[in-house]
Amino acid sequence: MTFSFEIPLLILLILTAAGSILVKDLVPAVFILGTYSFFLALLWAWLGAVDVAFVEAVVGAGLATVFFLLTLFGTAPKDTRIRRPPPPWAALVGLPMLGFLLLYAANDLPKFGDPTSPASVHVSPFYLENSLKDTHTPNVVTSVLMDYRSFDTLIETVVIFTAGIACALLLRRKQE
Amino acid sequence: MIQAHDSVIVLTLGRLLIPLVQLYGLYVLFLGQYTPGGGFVGGVIFATSMIISILIFGPSGSYSSLARNVVNGDGLGLLIFVGVGVLCLIGGGQFLNYAGIEIPGLEVASRRYLGILLTQIGVAVDVAVTGISIVFSLSYDNNDRESRA
Repeated sequence: MTFSFEIPLLILLILTAAGSILVKDLVPAVFILGTYSFFLALLWAWLGAVDVAFVEAVVGAGLATVFFLLTLFGTAPKDTRIRRPPPPWAALVGLPMLGFLLLYAANDLPKFGDPTSPASVHVSPFYLENSLKDTHTPNVVTSVLMDYRSFDTLIETVVIFTAGIACALLLRRKQE
Repeated sequence: MIQAHDSVIVLTLGRLLIPLVQLYGLYVLFLGQYTPGGGFVGGVIFATSMIISILIFGPSGSYSSLARNVVNGDGLGLLIFVGVGVLCLIGGGQFLNYAGIEIPGLEVASRRYLGILLTQIGVAVDVAVTGISIVFSLSYDNNDRESRA
């Protein structure tokens, strides 16, 4: 008999997401956010999106945690403790209604793995059928990212480059 | 701000782990066309190995010399990526249409394979340099800055 990991994974995901918001200090919140990313990576892998799971595990759980911690080490202890006022009543009423609306709309989404859903009849059959013949690349994700959709990847690379430049300009400033 | 760690266990583990992580990063980068992974993940893993060396041996340690030198290569990855696109233009094709890379004796599919590999290397270099650069920016020392000024 096979045991479905879907429900325990989703529960752990919600628990860690709530924990990273509710915890009083920012350093534990960063670590809980790292575990959240790890569970999210497991969920991606379970859904079959191994490349996305890889990126989520490496960037979300590894690199982002290091960046957050380095930022926190540069601050005073009084900055990392959070004091929260109680939420306004409008949020307590409005957000559950929004959640209900989203759940109601989710009913109309195509089922998971549905072969007739718009996502699997538009361009993805072309990529799946022609990737190996056109580019000698068995991993279709790589051939879509780097060949069929290489302009998107170019702009993403520009975004990453800009982030690094902006960090250097803001933080590595010589005081006159 | 970041000093070298004083524990022997951490230093020894770092010496063992850093080459392994770098090897794995290169593996993920160059087998991205056959296995999950690719330029982005490979670059991040390579950056992680250099971040480990900065955190364990300090920014001025001898193991971090690679990271110190790599920071100067900001923009090199983007140059590789755009350079491949311009090579396609020179070959008479469209920008980033790798079939236009002018290499005699290579069929179209192999040219596109080569283009994917080269642009992946570009993305990996860009991501690795940016990761290291952000770590250096975040650990830029205030007190050190004042004493130097």
